[in-house]
Amino acid sequence: MHRKATVTLAVAAAFGLPHAATAQTQDELRTLREQVRQLDRRVTDAEQAAIQASSRPTGENAMNPAVSVILNGIYSNLSQDPNAFRINGFVPTLGEVGPGVRGLSLGESELALAANIDHNFRGTLIASISPEDSIGVEEGYIQTLSLSYGFTVKAGRFFSGVGYQNQIHAHAWDFTDAPLANKVFLGNQLNEDGIQLKWVAPTDTYFDVGVEVGRGRQFPAAAGPAGPRNKNGVSSGTLFAHVGGDLGTGTAWQTGVSYLGTSPQDRSFEDPAGKTNSFTGQSRLWVLDGILKWAPNYNPTYTNLKLQGEYFRRKEDGDLTSGAAAQTGGFASVQSGWYLQSVYQFVPMWRVGYRYDRLNSGTASFSAPLNAADFPILAAYNPTRHTVMADWSPSEFSRVRLQFASDKSRSDVTDKQVFLQYIVSLGAHGAHKF
Amino acid sequence: MKAILRFLFALSSLVVALPATAALNVFACEPEWTALAQELGGDKVSIYSATTALQDPHRIEARPSLIARIRSADLLICSGSELEIGWIPLLLTQSGNSKIQLGSPGYFEASQHVARLEIPKVIDRALGDMHPGGNPHVHTDPRNIARIAPALMERMSELDPANAESYRSRGRSFLERWQAAIARWEQQATPLKGVPVVVYHKDFSYFINWTGMREVGSLEPKPGIPPTPSHLAELIDQMKRAPAKVIVYSPYSNPQAAEFLSSRANIPAVMVPFTVGGTDKAKDLFGLFDDTIARLLGAVK
Repeated sequence: MHRKATVTLAVAAAFGLPHAATAQTQDELRTLREQVRQLDRRVTDAEQAAIQASSRPTGENAMNPAVSVILNGIYSNLSQDPNAFRINGFVPTLGEVGPGVRGLSLGESELALAANIDHNFRGTLIASISPEDSIGVEEGYIQTLSLSYGFTVKAGRFFSGVGYQNQIHAHAWDFTDAPLANKVFLGNQLNEDGIQLKWVAPTDTYFDVGVEVGRGRQFPAAAGPAGPRNKNGVSSGTLFAHVGGDLGTGTAWQTGVSYLGTSPQDRSFEDPAGKTNSFTGQSRLWVLDGILKWAPNYNPTYTNLKLQGEYFRRKEDGDLTSGAAAQTGGFASVQSGWYLQSVYQFVPMWRVGYRYDRLNSGTASFSAPLNAADFPILAAYNPTRHTVMADWSPSEFSRVRLQFASDKSRSDVTDKQVFLQYIVSLGAHGAHKF
Repeated sequence: MKAILRFLFALSSLVVALPATAALNVFACEPEWTALAQELGGDKVSIYSATTALQDPHRIEARPSLIARIRSADLLICSGSELEIGWIPLLLTQSGNSKIQLGSPGYFEASQHVARLEIPKVIDRALGDMHPGGNPHVHTDPRNIARIAPALMERMSELDPANAESYRSRGRSFLERWQAAIARWEQQATPLKGVPVVVYHKDFSYFINWTGMREVGSLEPKPGIPPTPSHLAELIDQMKRAPAKVIVYSPYSNPQAAEFLSSRANIPAVMVPFTVGGTDKAKDLFGLFDDTIARLLGAVK
């Protein structure tokens, strides 16, 4: 600032003053002032240009992808043994559905790399590093940038577009764990190896439709030692559509319907007696989802409210092989589940939330020679859970959460759960989906 | 059931909600760029304003309605310099629209056309929400608008050559009126020179630099971090030693902290429109600066 003033004075002295002394008319004075002003501006511009030229990154590193890391740690206090966790009335998915370990533990760390590959594609890799020291690929996909008319193609491994919660990364969830419905119908979170085609309509009201085909690497297409089906072509298919828009001066909404169809072969699970059963047949899942977000004037910085719910309905029929009886017979079930949750930010940084979960196991039908008594885990039971949480986010990059839950996933006991958790992100600024 | 009904209802409304077909569909990230595109485009453009003056442009939800609009845009105008990093990249990847992707002619970052202030020498999140490319709120200096307008005018002409003559003649007329207005504002704003000011967020730096005001503090302890009681206490102390003459805040920030400091330190707090639509009088870019200067002069008198 001082330098600028000095330069201005110098310019004025050298250029303006001698003339000003002889200038007789107001007009000349005005012209001179204008000239000084322009020179001053040029000097400022030149200074700025110099600063900006020197600040540009150079070298090979300039092309590095955006890197971000998510760290989270948790203290869990569980009234029931997490090793005996099961959700009664439903086929175990062999996914990570349990409440985790007791006491202090490190949660899954995430390492994300993303960048535009060229003008046609964008690439994203999200690796999850488990506290047991293993690395998994949570998502690894390429996505088109240059298709027009609202089309986008994704290929690789990605969270399936079935339902709403499934596509959201665990660190962005509003509660520590997934809804019970996501646990029993999608094995906690379904990430598929496959291709997704999505189209956004050219309308003012948001409308999209999409289709996914995949390898069927996880529940409900596959679980257990048999693994995904050994075949060419596709083993799982998803269809989804969403509409969404704005209401009034602060509400945004979106609702969707999706379908996931698979034909599992030798999908296995263990019943509590330690016998392995397996299922071969058809599995069809329908999901309805709805999300509503409110913030005064669409400015969520101070207060905002979020309401989210999903309804799942699954139909399975085929052959079940009982490990206990060493026999195969017909099996059919219609099961459903839903959750509704709401999160309210009442002052900057502080949010509270409540979630209600309910599953309906329906009644499975077994045909001879099978007997319902051979499958104790599938005995009719409707699990429920109440969850409350409060969290504090001192910045966009850190959050501390306290959560209490009363979980009746098991038919005989209620698990009182307390979680105290931190979630932080470092590196590139993330952007979260609606 | 309700969800299905809503779905069907929304589906039926799609038929009637097809967007208007103007020559150039513009998606403007902030109201100041809506106003500028309107000055240059007139009736040759159809502009969607993604945000209003009541929203913090750093923190916008990537709402479905925004995806729907960006899907059909021919030109995207944003401040850039990472102001919209929390939402624009997401909208871009979901748009299925190649015309407005980074590097396409339809992608226009206003801040790239001016000299940016406050380019950080040290980049670290411990220093708050940083913009490595410099302060993105470039529109608060009218001289920057005068630099951005010709670039935008050329970009619009390139994208829509049929109406190029219209954009250029409107642009020339705008710049003529704008330069005259700058001269008038500079005259009016002379009493602001050297006036010590406390800001809410560092969103007013270009205005301060232009008028020669002196920023002596900010209500946010660090950029993007809401005011804390301890920081406010420090500011009150500081104001006792070296009082500022005015506290400014924008319509999207919570006035409580500004009013608290105002009453404790006995310094007037002024809400400036910050962008077009921020106050009743800030109806367009001219009104924005007329009202901003008038409000500040009223406070420091």
